[in-house]
Amino acid sequence: MHIIIIGAGEVGSSIAASLADTHEVVVVDMDGERVDALTYSLDVLAIQGDGTSLDTLEEAGVERTDMIIASTDRDETNLVACGTAKTVDDPFTIARVKNVDYLETWQHAEDRTAFGVDFMVCTNLLTAEDIVRVIGLPAARDVDPFVGGRVQMAEFEVGPESPVADQTVREADRFDSLTFAALLRDGDVEIPRGETVIRASDKVVVIGSPESVQGFAREIAPRETLSRNEDLVIIGGSDIGYHTARLLEERGLHPRLIEQDHERARQLAEELPDTVVMENDPTDAEFLAREHVNEADAVVAALDSDERNLLVSVLAKQLGARRTVAVVESGDYVDVFETVGVDVGVNPREVTAEEITRFTRELHTENVALIENDRAEVLEVEVDGDSILVGRPIREAVADLPEEFVIGAITRDERFVVPRGDTIIEPGDHVVAFVGRDALEAVSERL
Amino acid sequence: MNLRVDWRASVSLVGTVVKWLAVAMAFPLALAVFYGDGVTTFVASMALAVGIGWGLERLDDDPDLGAREGFLMVALTWLAVSIIGAAPYVIAGQGTVAQPVNALFESMSGFTTTGATVMGNIGFEDHSRALMMWRQQTQWLGGMGIVVLAVAILPELSVGGAQLMDAEAPGPGITKLTPRIAETARALWKLYIAITALEILLLFGLHLVGVAPNMTPYQAVAHGLTTMPTGGFSPAARSIEYFSAAVQWLIIPFMVAAGTNFALFWHAFNGDPEAFAEDNEFRFYLGVLAVFAGLVAALLFVGGTPEPTAVEPLSGNIEKALRHAVFQVVSLVTTTGYASVDFAEWGNPAQYVLFVALFVGGSAGSTGGAVKIVRWLVILRSIKRELFTTVHPEAVRPVRLGGRALDERAVRGIYAFTLLYLLIFFVAAMVVYFDAARTGMELVALDAMSAVAATLGNVGPGFGIVGPMNSYLPFPATSKLFMVFLMWIGRLEILPVLVLLTPAYWRS
Repeated sequence: MHIIIIGAGEVGSSIAASLADTHEVVVVDMDGERVDALTYSLDVLAIQGDGTSLDTLEEAGVERTDMIIASTDRDETNLVACGTAKTVDDPFTIARVKNVDYLETWQHAEDRTAFGVDFMVCTNLLTAEDIVRVIGLPAARDVDPFVGGRVQMAEFEVGPESPVADQTVREADRFDSLTFAALLRDGDVEIPRGETVIRASDKVVVIGSPESVQGFAREIAPRETLSRNEDLVIIGGSDIGYHTARLLEERGLHPRLIEQDHERARQLAEELPDTVVMENDPTDAEFLAREHVNEADAVVAALDSDERNLLVSVLAKQLGARRTVAVVESGDYVDVFETVGVDVGVNPREVTAEEITRFTRELHTENVALIENDRAEVLEVEVDGDSILVGRPIREAVADLPEEFVIGAITRDERFVVPRGDTIIEPGDHVVAFVGRDALEAVSERL
Repeated sequence: MNLRVDWRASVSLVGTVVKWLAVAMAFPLALAVFYGDGVTTFVASMALAVGIGWGLERLDDDPDLGAREGFLMVALTWLAVSIIGAAPYVIAGQGTVAQPVNALFESMSGFTTTGATVMGNIGFEDHSRALMMWRQQTQWLGGMGIVVLAVAILPELSVGGAQLMDAEAPGPGITKLTPRIAETARALWKLYIAITALEILLLFGLHLVGVAPNMTPYQAVAHGLTTMPTGGFSPAARSIEYFSAAVQWLIIPFMVAAGTNFALFWHAFNGDPEAFAEDNEFRFYLGVLAVFAGLVAALLFVGGTPEPTAVEPLSGNIEKALRHAVFQVVSLVTTTGYASVDFAEWGNPAQYVLFVALFVGGSAGSTGGAVKIVRWLVILRSIKRELFTTVHPEAVRPVRLGGRALDERAVRGIYAFTLLYLLIFFVAAMVVYFDAARTGMELVALDAMSAVAATLGNVGPGFGIVGPMNSYLPFPATSKLFMVFLMWIGRLEILPVLVLLTPAYWRS
């Protein structure tokens, strides 16, 4: 496809990097330096200009493009860019917005074409959903749902005390409907075999039914996994903080939320009936101790600055909170956060880029999760009759594909099917598979 | 951050390119078979290219090019390709170019589209037709760029391709014409091939209608292969003087096209022919050609200076004066280096105009060498700005190019490059003098300077002993090797090669 991406910030660049291998990508940005940097770092055409102006869009080839992705940091710019593109032709338009109101307006329209947007991605809502998933599955660094939630992919870090450390994959794999898709060791992606030994500090990527993933989480980190998170503290009443609290309420939990601004705290308290809203400076250690944040099962830092999020997460950890999840606006800092003891850093931009990338994949690929900055992907594919996988045992099909390809789960007619070497895949099945980056092109064409 | 240069990755990719060079040798091999002369030369050269290429490839099975490795790869590719390209001359073992230093000079002069020769006796008495065609073909391969060709056909170069092409492309920066760099590279090569083919057909067409008796099919192909790359090699000892006036008139527009930014042709083919009219550089380029040609034509027409003895007198004959003036100016400004007449015998005023022309260069994104039109244009405009801001110190005036304001860093980069180019020219002329003095060679001032300007600018012929009907043979081997270096840095626009000589490049 020919794809135009408007905005070459973290989201736009990340999407461009994911799509450049298989599509013709044109990136538009106002900032000349970013345009230059992209020209040399990715195999894309980068154009300097205003994505909301018709001239620039025509220069980018809007009249023959298949898709427009508006991913700048300004909601209004993105909406106007999509609307502008629709005046020329009818490309598929995707807009990234932060403000949930726009998403609600868009969902409110019957035919889902408000603002000339065909698909809207709301950064703040996605981030909140991501945080809630991570809280729901402690010990996981990353969790993504597939096939409408019937399959889960999760990435765990194996701690030194973990029972599975130094076991072979065969010993650790005691779950029927769970597949070990990959081990990430020193930044390299390894496809595990039965006799591969899991070492402390490895990261494991597993794919399976939500129950088995939950069970595995209990096994890998028994002390951290609770049947239910009782005590949750959200620090910061930002939009992300608010939506996190709201989603937790929907699951029947009663989080606590700390917000410094009086007006905002009042407003949140009105809108969140099951949440205890407290008005205080969240970096006040004495207050945190008094409120027993040390006993919290999870602390979410969702303040408006990365620095403050880092501070409160480390403070909470120091006091003894079991897990900390921090919102990290700047993608480069995620690793820094996780190095100094924050359990999970959630980057709204990365979450957004993943969501948009997953949407733009080949037409019958339905879902995507990116692993370790794009070193690998987990794909969900609905296989059709001419797929290389169909009509023969998995063992044979996989032999014809590159090494870095593992089938993690299959669903047939909404039911979970455990993939075994002799399972025969039928047309219409949904397959969730782990694919290393080098194998991606070869695989995505033949599925 | 990479703390050092992963030279293995660079060298391995150079090996891949060298291996592919064997494929390019299939054409002269076919000619050798056809004419029954020189088959072993090319079979042996092909085997050498494949062997060495394969050996270098082994250094790194999965090369991963960073920014630094890209520079190294581009610079080494040109060196390696020139060394392997010299093999046929050595293996054939005939004439002056059989000596390794001369063979390397001829090969580097070919690939860099310089067109300076050390072939003592040009023609088919001493050399096989296949070898003479290889000499032409090296220029054709080097014209649009070996690395651009590699990016077009090797998928492993697609991601870093933009950077590699940037290091090789003439002029500041590259223009991506399509989202994928490999596609841009392919589009450029397709255009290049199309225009080359058109020229070959027209040249042979002149022969068929009887106005170009010497333009045989072989000669048509040979000159088609060296016009578009602004090369200048000719299998004819007296260059284009050997052919009729019709041929000379026909070659002029093709030389002009060769010195034009190929992106403009691409836009024209894609329904935007106004691109030519809108392009500042192109307009300035035509203007420069017109002014220089007008000056020379007037000087030739008025006469009063010594005249070449090989052709009829030019003074007083409008067609002849105009033809030779236009031909020679276009030939030197575009850095082609063909000669329709021995301009080294012209009077001093005309020669001096041509000497200045050696520094002008083609357009950015063309196959021309030297400083490039666009840089002179920016320098002139920024000087104009200096004058204006002297009067109005508060004025804020960006330098504009085609309606776009240029970034100040880009302007500074252009200043730096042009100064460096001139600095290297002065220092190099000194080196050539000293070397001549060391070996007791007689060398006139203009001759030495023109030799340096013509090799550094990838033009080819100069004046006096390096005039269009003479050769670079009299220089000592050390000077020839030094000029090989000049051609190499000239083709890559100095910086990608010079940066390799800085300690900072090899350290973190």
